[in-house]
Amino acid sequence: MIVLLGVALVVVGFALRFNPLLVVTVAGIVAALLGGVSPLQVLEAFGTGFASSRSISIAFVVLPVIGLMERYGLQQRAKTLIVGAAALTAGRLLLTYLFVRQLAAALGLTSIGGAAQMVRPVIYPMAEGAAMRSHGELPEAVTETIKANAAAADTVGVIFGEDCFVAVGSILLITAYVDASYHLKLDALQVAIWAVPTAICAFVIHGFRLLRLDRRLADLAATARKARGERT
Amino acid sequence: MITAEWVYWLCGLFFLTVGLQIAFDPAHKRRWTNALFWCLLGASLWYGSFVPSAPAWILGVAVIAMALIAGFGLTGSGDVSTTSEAERVASAAGKGNLLFLPALTIPIVTVLISAGVGRIAIGSRPLLAPGSQTLVGLGVATIAALIVAWIALRPRRPGIAVAEGRRLLESIGWAALLPQMLATLGLLFTQAGVGTQVGLIAQHLVPEHSRLFAVIVYAVGMAGFTVVMGNAFAAFPIMTAAVGWPLLVMRMGAHPAPLFAIGMLAGFCGTICTPMAANFNLVPPALLEMRDKYAQIKVQIPTGIALLIVNICFMLVFPFR
Repeated sequence: MIVLLGVALVVVGFALRFNPLLVVTVAGIVAALLGGVSPLQVLEAFGTGFASSRSISIAFVVLPVIGLMERYGLQQRAKTLIVGAAALTAGRLLLTYLFVRQLAAALGLTSIGGAAQMVRPVIYPMAEGAAMRSHGELPEAVTETIKANAAAADTVGVIFGEDCFVAVGSILLITAYVDASYHLKLDALQVAIWAVPTAICAFVIHGFRLLRLDRRLADLAATARKARGERT
Repeated sequence: MITAEWVYWLCGLFFLTVGLQIAFDPAHKRRWTNALFWCLLGASLWYGSFVPSAPAWILGVAVIAMALIAGFGLTGSGDVSTTSEAERVASAAGKGNLLFLPALTIPIVTVLISAGVGRIAIGSRPLLAPGSQTLVGLGVATIAALIVAWIALRPRRPGIAVAEGRRLLESIGWAALLPQMLATLGLLFTQAGVGTQVGLIAQHLVPEHSRLFAVIVYAVGMAGFTVVMGNAFAAFPIMTAAVGWPLLVMRMGAHPAPLFAIGMLAGFCGTICTPMAANFNLVPPALLEMRDKYAQIKVQIPTGIALLIVNICFMLVFPFR
């Protein structure tokens, strides 16, 4: 039972807003030592844990390209393109991105999109351009809301899209674990097909919320205008 | 045979170069701790290729050192000189849609490499190691996009690409290390037996004959455990061994395929609600330089809760047709 203290440390640490890196390091060490793992094994676990999860860092390899494009005005160009398309509001644009991201992930193309490759250089500036057409100069509350929603559309899209694809980690984990533990012969396709109803619901629920985003942005912009008006 | 290790080395080289650039930047506010952090991270990506034949504890010491440097706020953005907003607007007008070319190169080449070149074999050996196609694709695509950007944009010196990359990397800062630390935490929790304990608690919670209650414990347990661990993969074996298999499949006759598929998706509802899934929920806000690092999670929580309810309904119906 006492090893659950490690879990409690994580929850408390995050709730008190300590730096997540410190929380995770301390909680891991405490839980492992309480669970009877030796200090050398703890160090080894940090080493092998890092070594086997290096694939997560690979997303950063594209940053020089993205930075270079930004230097020459990619974000500004994306913004100008959108200002011309009158029917596209920030909400509708993000809805379109959610759809494309989810569909591509369902076909196994998770590398299309992502925060570094698409959201920061293209999608966020486009959404901002669309909002600027309706509201002019944007106060920080509006740009922060657009950023949060652009990032959320990307994450929701990829997470609830990729599970429909047969050869993705989560599906392979299910079949591998169940086959090994319970001697079943689960077909990956049979598992993946059951992810489709939830994927559709994810698109409907999050898409509906994105369509309401435009009204929220209008409210935020109006509040900020009013506050500025009162000051001057 | 080309393996994912080559891409790790490329990425490690980028981090090392960033570290060295900072070390030679006397104007940087936290010059030495930052230089040390990025050099260690780059070197660790290389060293990781040789674990476990090389001793893993050395890497463990390096990882904890990085966690302490970054955890105590000793990393932070330097001011990398870049173009001003006005210069960018002018440049955007001049270059036009040519600017999108490198951006499009990345996904196109990634897909071409992973789907096309991934099938090529020399003799009986595949050109790309199995399982590494997407990673290698991304590595090749990055180099291809750099070349395309070079031709299309004509920057004055090669160091500019690394400096611009460094500007973005420094805005991510400590969040770059967090996903790996969370993977390690999962490993340590498993070694310490946290999973078994949670499984025991879940088993005690479920009354033996209530299908509704068993489904709720399985789905909410998957989501809740994922919130704590940051990864539905860690929650799945535990909740399935505790509730999914013995109660729902063996006693109540649920079909395994829909039950486990929806169980995993219930876990994903937790993934979008937790800072522990850092690469999904904390790295993007860092990359977008958002003031509130938790704003993205706040946007996602209502979707996560609604989808969890949907998944519970599905789980009551689909596996029991």
